Amino acid sequence: MIRTALLVAGKDLRIELRSRVLLWQVVPFGVMALLLCGLALGPSHAGHSSAAPGLYYLVTLLVALLMINRSQAVERSPGTRSSIATLGLDPAGVFLGKSLALAVELLVTGLVLLGGTVLILHTALHGALVALPSVVVTLCALACAGTLYGALTAGGEAAATLLPVLALPAFAPLLIGGERSFNDALYGGALLGWWIIVVVALVAYVAMGILLYGVLEET
Amino acid sequence: MTNDASPVVALHDAVVISRGFPLLSGVNLKLLPASLSVVTGANGAGKTSLLRLLAGLDALTSGAGTVVGIDLASGDRRQLRRRVGWLGHEGSFYDDLSVRENLVFAARALERPVDEIVGAVARVGLESRIDTTTKQLSAGQRRRLGLAWLLLRRPELWLLDEPYASLDDEGRTFFDALLGDVVASGATVVVSAHDPLRSGALTPRTIVMVGGRILGAAS
Repeated sequence: MIRTALLVAGKDLRIELRSRVLLWQVVPFGVMALLLCGLALGPSHAGHSSAAPGLYYLVTLLVALLMINRSQAVERSPGTRSSIATLGLDPAGVFLGKSLALAVELLVTGLVLLGGTVLILHTALHGALVALPSVVVTLCALACAGTLYGALTAGGEAAATLLPVLALPAFAPLLIGGERSFNDALYGGALLGWWIIVVVALVAYVAMGILLYGVLEET
Repeated sequence: MTNDASPVVALHDAVVISRGFPLLSGVNLKLLPASLSVVTGANGAGKTSLLRLLAGLDALTSGAGTVVGIDLASGDRRQLRRRVGWLGHEGSFYDDLSVRENLVFAARALERPVDEIVGAVARVGLESRIDTTTKQLSAGQRRRLGLAWLLLRRPELWLLDEPYASLDDEGRTFFDALLGDVVASGATVVVSAHDPLRSGALTPRTIVMVGGRILGAAS
């Protein structure tokens, strides 16, 4: 399973390096969205800072939806899907590999956007650094949930629309937990409680993915 | 490997229904080791559906059958997929990876030695394109990459869906020669085509399909 996971993750990241979709499409989209959020909030620095954690995760969610669709799209052309199916890869390994690659891509984008919140939304640099570990865990959980729901909606005629609709209940606890952790890191608070929620969600999505990914692929 | 005395493929009243539509409507077929068969018929006759069933890509709805000794109704379809080679008429690879990277991925997935890749690529005449991104290949070159993929896999059963599409005369001659070698090595080959093979070098069994059934077979 681990061997398959590393193989699939390496392949997905190599495809990303070649296609540069992350660099030329996803990251600029995220930065533009953050800029628009800053403009919408107006010139008050204080308002920017207090809204920053929520806006950070809102933009990250939009960016993640693009990346999840992209991650599934590379597998879904009819010929590729059949050929790869005949490799008989372990579905649990495929799930872990795709989640790992998506997590790496989300972390790169998430770090850029975190820098963006400091520059554009005037978040305290120290607070952003304190929030970093919770951001990493939240984005990993988002990657696992996204891979699972991406497989659920992929191949359908309205996958791009279905994904946010179906995945929102799954993403909501992650976004709330991440936003609260970020907020506590900025303004002081009990970080641990929100951390536990996000870590439990991460473990739950990993377990569900390992168990269900093969079924989702077959259907 | 399959015993010489037992058929590689044995289907009895095989029915495949997908989304309420019958793709195969009671197919009886027996294929022996080291044989070449050509499945012909009009569009929608069931050629691709038959090959997909044999590849373990589609499930048997009713009837019975074995492929390379694996029961289609109760056997492990993932195991079956690993033992057959499938070349679809659509693109079969990751477009953003090079020829070498696609083959390395397949070799590692199947636990085959990576150093056989150069030989397989040379065998299909793609040495000069080994580091070319797959999306930059012509349709004929993509077919050759598909063959390299199968040579690397060394499957017991080769399933080739419309392999002559988009091949020029030189490509067809090359393809026929390769198929001859593959059959001589003991593998079983099933090719789908609109028309019977025109090559004089090969003497395949021709299977005619109409409306999801086999109308007749002739050597």
